[in-house]
Amino acid sequence: MSFLNLEGVSKYYGDFGALIDMSLSVERGEFISLLGPSGCGKTTTLQAIAGLIPVTRGRMTLDGRDITTLPVNQRGLGIVFQSYALFPHMTVAENVSFGLEMRKAPKHERDTQIAQMLKLVHLDGHASRYPRELSGGQRQRVAIARALVIAPPVLLLDEPLSNLDAKLREEMQFELRRIQRKVGTTTIMVTHDQAEALSISDRVVVMEAGRATQIDAPYRLYEHPKSEFISGFVGKTNLLPGRVSRSAAGTVVALAQGQLLDVDGGDFADGADVTVCLRPEKLFFTEEARGTLAGRVEERFFLGSQWLYRISSPLGELELSCANDGSAPVEEYAAVHLAWADDVARLVAAKP
Amino acid sequence: MSKATNTASRWTPFALSVPSLALFALMVLLPLALTALLSFQQYDQDKGVQSGFTLGSYALVLGDSYYYEIFFRTGWIAALTTLICVLVGAPEAYILSRMGRPWRSIFLLVILAPLLVSVVVRAFGWSLLLGPNGVVNQVFELVGIGKAKMLYTSTAVVVALVHVMLPFMVIPVWTSLQKLDPMVENAALSLNASHWTVMRRIVLPQITPGLLSGSLIVFGLSASALAIPGLLGGRRLKMVATLIYDEYLHALNWPLGAAIALALLVINLVIMLSYNAVLEGAYAKRMGRS
Repeated sequence: MSFLNLEGVSKYYGDFGALIDMSLSVERGEFISLLGPSGCGKTTTLQAIAGLIPVTRGRMTLDGRDITTLPVNQRGLGIVFQSYALFPHMTVAENVSFGLEMRKAPKHERDTQIAQMLKLVHLDGHASRYPRELSGGQRQRVAIARALVIAPPVLLLDEPLSNLDAKLREEMQFELRRIQRKVGTTTIMVTHDQAEALSISDRVVVMEAGRATQIDAPYRLYEHPKSEFISGFVGKTNLLPGRVSRSAAGTVVALAQGQLLDVDGGDFADGADVTVCLRPEKLFFTEEARGTLAGRVEERFFLGSQWLYRISSPLGELELSCANDGSAPVEEYAAVHLAWADDVARLVAAKP
Repeated sequence: MSKATNTASRWTPFALSVPSLALFALMVLLPLALTALLSFQQYDQDKGVQSGFTLGSYALVLGDSYYYEIFFRTGWIAALTTLICVLVGAPEAYILSRMGRPWRSIFLLVILAPLLVSVVVRAFGWSLLLGPNGVVNQVFELVGIGKAKMLYTSTAVVVALVHVMLPFMVIPVWTSLQKLDPMVENAALSLNASHWTVMRRIVLPQITPGLLSGSLIVFGLSASALAIPGLLGGRRLKMVATLIYDEYLHALNWPLGAAIALALLVINLVIMLSYNAVLEGAYAKRMGRS
């Protein structure tokens, strides 16, 4: 049995299912991200684990113990809130100390632990400051220190980086991962930022309308999305509607304009409506040859490390991205030919 | 040119505040100064107010235990009213701030409603309730406690004062609760704090400024309340404001009334300023008011 288990956990507000049949097994020391658009139930999941909201149905166990109805102040989980929720009338040290005081730790023990924790989050020297005297990134680190100092079995992070500016957010992502690796605490993070989820988690739970639709390691999730939604939400993608056609010669997908595409048909039956997902970075420009796709560059965007092209083709409008390797980019309105490797196209069931 | 704009901008704030300053001077400072002057004038039983300077009225107040008693009574009634307002108003404001959408505005209106009714009407209302055959005594008889004398006692005055003053406590406390991040309480709970500890160590310190300003308002208004002690305290249970009223309108000893009024003002100021200095100081240390 895993360290933290959710079995069919549901939360209903009247008829509205904020969280429906959530089942998740988290191993000790794992870093899990709950990813999804707003209103998908990811925060509800976190609050249910934290004990901040009672669940309607389902069971949660932590280290073999049933915690489903345990009140929040007896679960002993570390929580970092989106607003950080620091105690404004206490200094940084007092904030961190609060949880230890509640556990009746003796003074000298508290002092050494506070010092250690502040050092871990690079805030030694700020112990006697008040939260309002700190920057957003520093406040966030106080919140992490305050949650971690009680050595919680599970650390819950509610959109911890969403209040930071882009550069700081990226720094804190790696910082968060560093701290988590060092302390080894099982961590569950809620985020709506797919890049954040992919870069620092061991596994990502994609949520949609109250349900977990895919639980996978970041690389697998990106390469093998289970649905059109996931494919579009996690990274950019080109979606081409088609129909599976199986024959003795192999499986092909007939696209809308009648083109046939050689792909791995997977489990789809003959005649099934599917969507072909093609990541922009998997497409490349090539010389005209048999099997290449003719097109015209409509728009070109410079993203620094990458070029992004919008190309009109017989298959519809496609996005293609390629690394900025210093060579001259393709001009706008140029006629081009595209190709991709055989095994990069992914099939998902078409949206009904 | 830049110098001209500088002088202009320096004087603009003063110029803009002239109307309100003038109003303040006319309505507050001038009557206060006249009262102060009046308190030093002589009073003669037969001839009324005489010109001339004397400290006689002050000497009379300071030399008679009758006045001490009234000042002392006013003090403890105002202090008790403030204390009850804190004990009732703070939880009330807390519950109010945790209420859902429609209920919050409804109950806020309920709390504010007393302010919409004349204080005299409310005082009469209480005298009907607390009177010998009032509703409260009827209930007491039903339950078997027996009749109690409440009207024209300090109990009646405190009860009515609390009722009138409660909004002045609830509103500042409610305002400081509005600034509180509700997640802060959850954060404390997640760190294993009990609900009681959350109240004591997280919520209470953050609403201290509200409690502070609320109690200053309630104490000041209670100590100088006239209508409620006048109507519910009766002829014998005098407070300072009713005493001043009597000196002015019944005894016609204006200088004595003025002297008592100034004494009340000074005592009120001293109590409020020292209270403010002590508590605000302690609070500023924690919150680092900048």
